[in-house]
Amino acid sequence: MRRIKKRVLLESQKLLSKVNFLNIGKLTIKEAADALQNKEISVIELTEKFFDRIDNIDDKINAYVSICRKQALADAAEAQALINEGGGGIMTGIPMAVKDNICTETIETTCASKMLGNFKPPYTATAIEKLRNDGAVLLGKANLDEFAMGSSTENSYIKNTRNPWDVNRVPGGSSGGSAAAVASGQALFALGSDTGGSIRQPAAFCGIVGLKPTYGTVSRYGLVAFASSLDQIGPLTKTVEDSAIVLNSISGKDPKDATSIDSGIADYTEGIKRGVKGMKIGIPRQYLSGEIAVGVRNKIEAAIDSYEKMGAVCEETSLDLADYAIAAYYIISSAEASSNLARYDGVKYGFRSSNYKNLLDLYKNTRSEGFGAEVKRRIMLGTYVLSSGYYDAYYKKALQIRTLIKNEFDGLFKKYNCILGPTTPTTAYKIGEKTDNPLEMYLGDVFTVSVNIAGIPAISIPCGNDESGLPVGMQLIGSAFSEKTLFQAAYAYEREHPFAIAPEVQA
Amino acid sequence: MNYEVVIGLEIHVELATKSKIFCGCTTKFGGEINTHCCPICTSMPGTLPVMNERVVEFAAKAGLAMNCEIANFSKMDRKNYFYPDLPKAYQISQFDLPICKGGYVDIEIEGKTKRIGITRIHMEEDAGKLLHDQWEKGSLVDYNRCGVPLIEIVSEPDMRSPEEARAYAEKVRLILQYTGVSDCKMQEGSLRADVNLSLRPIGQKKFGTRTEMKNLNSFRAILRAAESEIQRQSRVLDEGGVITQETRRWDDDEGKSYAMRNKEEAHDYRYFPEPDLVPIELTDETINKYRESLPELSHERVKRYIHKLGIPEYDASLITASVKTADFFDDTVNSGADPKTASNWIMGNLMRLMKEVNTEDIPFGGEMLHELIGLIEKGAISNNIAKTVFAEMFRTGKTPLEIVKEKGLEVVSDAGELGQIVDKIISANSKSVEDYLGGKQKAIGFLMGQVMKETKGKANPPMVNKLLRDKLELLK
Ligand SMILES: [Zn+2]
Repeated sequence: MRRIKKRVLLESQKLLSKVNFLNIGKLTIKEAADALQNKEISVIELTEKFFDRIDNIDDKINAYVSICRKQALADAAEAQALINEGGGGIMTGIPMAVKDNICTETIETTCASKMLGNFKPPYTATAIEKLRNDGAVLLGKANLDEFAMGSSTENSYIKNTRNPWDVNRVPGGSSGGSAAAVASGQALFALGSDTGGSIRQPAAFCGIVGLKPTYGTVSRYGLVAFASSLDQIGPLTKTVEDSAIVLNSISGKDPKDATSIDSGIADYTEGIKRGVKGMKIGIPRQYLSGEIAVGVRNKIEAAIDSYEKMGAVCEETSLDLADYAIAAYYIISSAEASSNLARYDGVKYGFRSSNYKNLLDLYKNTRSEGFGAEVKRRIMLGTYVLSSGYYDAYYKKALQIRTLIKNEFDGLFKKYNCILGPTTPTTAYKIGEKTDNPLEMYLGDVFTVSVNIAGIPAISIPCGNDESGLPVGMQLIGSAFSEKTLFQAAYAYEREHPFAIAPEVQA
Repeated sequence: MNYEVVIGLEIHVELATKSKIFCGCTTKFGGEINTHCCPICTSMPGTLPVMNERVVEFAAKAGLAMNCEIANFSKMDRKNYFYPDLPKAYQISQFDLPICKGGYVDIEIEGKTKRIGITRIHMEEDAGKLLHDQWEKGSLVDYNRCGVPLIEIVSEPDMRSPEEARAYAEKVRLILQYTGVSDCKMQEGSLRADVNLSLRPIGQKKFGTRTEMKNLNSFRAILRAAESEIQRQSRVLDEGGVITQETRRWDDDEGKSYAMRNKEEAHDYRYFPEPDLVPIELTDETINKYRESLPELSHERVKRYIHKLGIPEYDASLITASVKTADFFDDTVNSGADPKTASNWIMGNLMRLMKEVNTEDIPFGGEMLHELIGLIEKGAISNNIAKTVFAEMFRTGKTPLEIVKEKGLEVVSDAGELGQIVDKIISANSKSVEDYLGGKQKAIGFLMGQVMKETKGKANPPMVNKLLRDKLELLK
């Protein structure tokens, strides 16, 4: 009896030391939750540790645009009280970062735009509400491309976020702040939003796990709309299991979002360890040909071999419409954006130009001065494709392609449990490398956008590093509501190839 | 030249739901500025609309009452334009798949029935209101109306005179009121019409170029605007000019219209499907349920009143001209009143009082009128007193008995009390007494009148008559 007790004590001391003295960058939600429930560390201590880390390194990374220390410590105390009473769950006391286009009551929600620089929403997004109800602690709001438009977070009006693997490189985007925060150990997980790859691509660039859930799985209420029919909130985490844990918390039908759906899945972690034996995985040849970096291709090919070794059946297949996805995506997303962003007119909230004599001036100058170049580009593009005379040639055509892409995926999922490919054609590029060529940057979304167009789920997980030591992301795509299959497949790979953590950022 | 006028109407009607179309805010008229709104109807970033199912039900019922086909599948669309009263900078409306299509309404014009086609009925949200404060520089916006549910009823170009346009608008209003989907309160702007009008030489098949007159908020304005536009267009055509396709604004005070914008300047609304809402799917079962729950409409009530309640056709059509008076009539009869007596009261006293204060509302129920009629029949008050009581009921909403008691209006039937008054009148009117005694029977009428005057109408008339005759007999 005494010996057993002693062993438990030793074990917990070991854990304690792990939490206290090892790199909290390695800590997962699962481990932190165990440590909190076993009282090896208090929620306040854990929260303070993260704030210390933010204080020490975020001036190198620039992941956060705002920090809510006071509220976080209050929430932490509440979470600790719950744990002390023997209550709480796996999310209780877990520190998180949230992309700054997801509304938080009384906390500025800027969308990294001058337009909303002073905007404090009078309400909180459903996804955050759910996490906070489950006890998660919001550390701060993460940087992004202005209004989530971009793939490098360089379109932020506030600052450039840097990739923790190489601070001279972009973290990806638009959820670049969220990805960099998790990869550099400044949050245990983060929420991002994914309209055309904005969770998966930064997850790939930063070497973490990013999930774009099936459209409707997570309520969009409180997510500042970019393209309503494509936007979806999802988690950025260090492990596959953590991704499923966060999805458990944030998913579900929301009466405030008519497009949200009850998937009927009670626990996304259930069956996650079943392995991939007998699983059929399709590899579209379009995803491994063309403009794809050698370092990326090598890692994906190695991953395919690994899956076969684990007992999956990998088969080459074809996604013929992949070539049309980018064009359809930029037409549909820009069309919706042009309408969604029309409300920023200087009348009600946010920025208003001081330079106007009449209503037209007020509109024109507010929008000219308040929006950045990329946002304006998309608004103009979107307005154009919806205009009478052009609607049929662009918007309507794009919708037709959308239907065809959905059908093509449906066909593939009759044969395969999931589809595998790279998340991005390259690893993280240098800051400033692509800012002069928007089209080149758009083409970086080639593997991610069709997933949003079809409304299906996809997960990006790390699959090694390229010759420069930068992480490569592998994307697994599934049919609608097949998140559990994706987690199962991703988890199997992760178990064989534990993910590397970003090198320590020098304070 | 003689022209034939072609008119089509677009009628915007506010639905009588308690809450707004996409949020829980009240639709109540008035209220302090910007108090009937929330983050959703003021379109704060990140908020989403959720369709109020009652709006769909009301729109479908309006369509059914106007003989439309109800779509099993329809959707909402965005109509994009900038204006400060439109906080999203788009209005959620319906473009190519409206909820109702292809109906009709029958109107009575010069004693004949004419059928006016309904092209479509669609749902949409109202906008806010700009306020121009005299003390503030610039304008302010009140978002209370923002998100109030509307339907737009688009007619075929089937009307051929301003009178037909007016009759159609009135009929649409009546149907909506009976269906219970709208109060159609004109003073509160809950019914507004756009008049599309063109002229063509008599005999010509092809339509002329039309103009659109916006936002007419009374039947009189519809009539006058159409008349004025006919004159304007005939003048242009007679002088050899051409009509420009344009939108015009009617100034009801001046009785004139002004060009607002022509076809080239027309908005490009860039309609596209609203991605924040799911399509509206109505099964045949639901549509049938709506159909079965439609209340009795005006023409059905006219029939019932004539055939079941036995009141004249004239009465029936007058009473059913407003759902409020028809409901009141039904209540009165259902509480036990005689239908013809009830209809007389409604057509006479009630309608006069309603007209005097220009209201469509009746401040008490039909059972109150039944109570009043009961008091007359019992002999507790006279017919004349009853009219006074009724006016008081209308003013205060009090019950007839309360008013009679409070004001002491009960008939005086006390023989001793009346005897004294009769004696007083006889001694004060010796001339009439002499006439009567001299054989002029009519003189008794004057004496009766004097007694009634003295008692302020409260004396029991048969009793006064008997007392007078008896007392005069003694003088013979
Ligand atoms: Zn509201």
